Amino acid sequence: MNSQQALFLLQGLEGTVILSLLTFLFGGVVSFVVALARISPFAGVRIAVATLIYVLQGIPLLVIMGLCYFGPSLLGVQTVSPLFAATLSMTIYSAAFLGDIWRGCLEAVPKQQWEAAETLGLSRWQRMWKVILPQAARMAIPPTVGFMVQIIKNSSIASLVIGYADLSYMAKILNNSTFRPFVFFGAAAALYFIISYPLSAGSRYMERRLNVGNR
Amino acid sequence: MNYEFDFGVVFAQWPLVLEGIVVTLRLAFFSTIFGFLLGTLCAVGRTGGPKWLQIVIGVYVEVIRNTPLIIQAYFIIFGLSSVGVRWPIEVGATFALVVNIGAYTTEIMRAGIESIKRTQIEAAECLGLGRLKIYLSIVVRQAMERVYPALTGQYVLLMLVTSVFSAVGVEELFGIANRIQSETYRNFEVFVLLGIAYLALSMLVRLAFFLLNLALFPRRRRLGTTL
Repeated sequence: MNSQQALFLLQGLEGTVILSLLTFLFGGVVSFVVALARISPFAGVRIAVATLIYVLQGIPLLVIMGLCYFGPSLLGVQTVSPLFAATLSMTIYSAAFLGDIWRGCLEAVPKQQWEAAETLGLSRWQRMWKVILPQAARMAIPPTVGFMVQIIKNSSIASLVIGYADLSYMAKILNNSTFRPFVFFGAAAALYFIISYPLSAGSRYMERRLNVGNR
Repeated sequence: MNYEFDFGVVFAQWPLVLEGIVVTLRLAFFSTIFGFLLGTLCAVGRTGGPKWLQIVIGVYVEVIRNTPLIIQAYFIIFGLSSVGVRWPIEVGATFALVVNIGAYTTEIMRAGIESIKRTQIEAAECLGLGRLKIYLSIVVRQAMERVYPALTGQYVLLMLVTSVFSAVGVEELFGIANRIQSETYRNFEVFVLLGIAYLALSMLVRLAFFLLNLALFPRRRRLGTTL
């Protein structure tokens, strides 16, 4: 592998990092709304969101990518940039899973905390922001960091339907012109590993640290 | 919006779609079975094997779980063909999937095995059961029973990610859909129907795991709890 090829791979890595960060940012916001909707006092909202999530978890990311890439043109949008389509589809897909994780964290806050907050005369918003969310957020950190690894890995298929130029796409191109799969896919795998492993390890470490109360 | 939907031209291709569904399910079926066997063996090795084996399995699990499936697929499938191994593409795809899902299964089964209390094994030893018998019917069986929901979720995802193998030329459901799309130019219709098809398939897989649960763990059904 010469320096030009290495640079090419690093460009792909940049694409992967940008897409992952955008997904995490927007996905986080949408997941938060999803998690709150899943514990909404209105049964209609709960059921609607739960159904939507069930559907999204039952279809592959590639299909969501296809819908996000070809869908906007039906609404009159002429061209969709690959980054936009990739971010949109990854956001939707992540929200379906991360929203569920966060809902679990919200529900894991003991019932007594809700009741105590109510007894103190806190309003619904105060109870949420001052009592429930801080405790849920603490529990949510390790699985959220772990989920970032999923986002990074899932971003690797954005090139298949949408043609977004990320790390796996660049590795594929390099292999197509040189026929040295072990070198380029090995290098790509190493780069993915370098950014993912610290997150996985950090997630495990925090899980042990934050779980002190339950030991 | 003045787009006219035309699902008819897509429906006309149903024999092809059916073939694709069969390939998708075949990939999922074999990789689930072999992946479960590989993962369970690795989990047993990781929890009770010699130190060097534990390290080897640990590295395998971390490498697979921290790299994307598509890169593993490229590495294994293009890699194997570059050193002269000529497998049918479906066999290569199944092999890559087994390597991938094996690592995830290892982690899930390891959690299950570690949750089995030491006293269970001691009790089994007192009853005079052999080592193999203890592992099979006391440790692995109970571990599997406990982590069954996690396994189900993982294997449903496995069925869904077989779609990635259209990128290496496997003619499974997604690959077929891509072909239909390039012949009919009905991209959106194809993807909508594809979503519905995959949703139905994931429900089917869930149903299969539910029925398997009833057959495998009658005790759980009787108690109505997860122990």
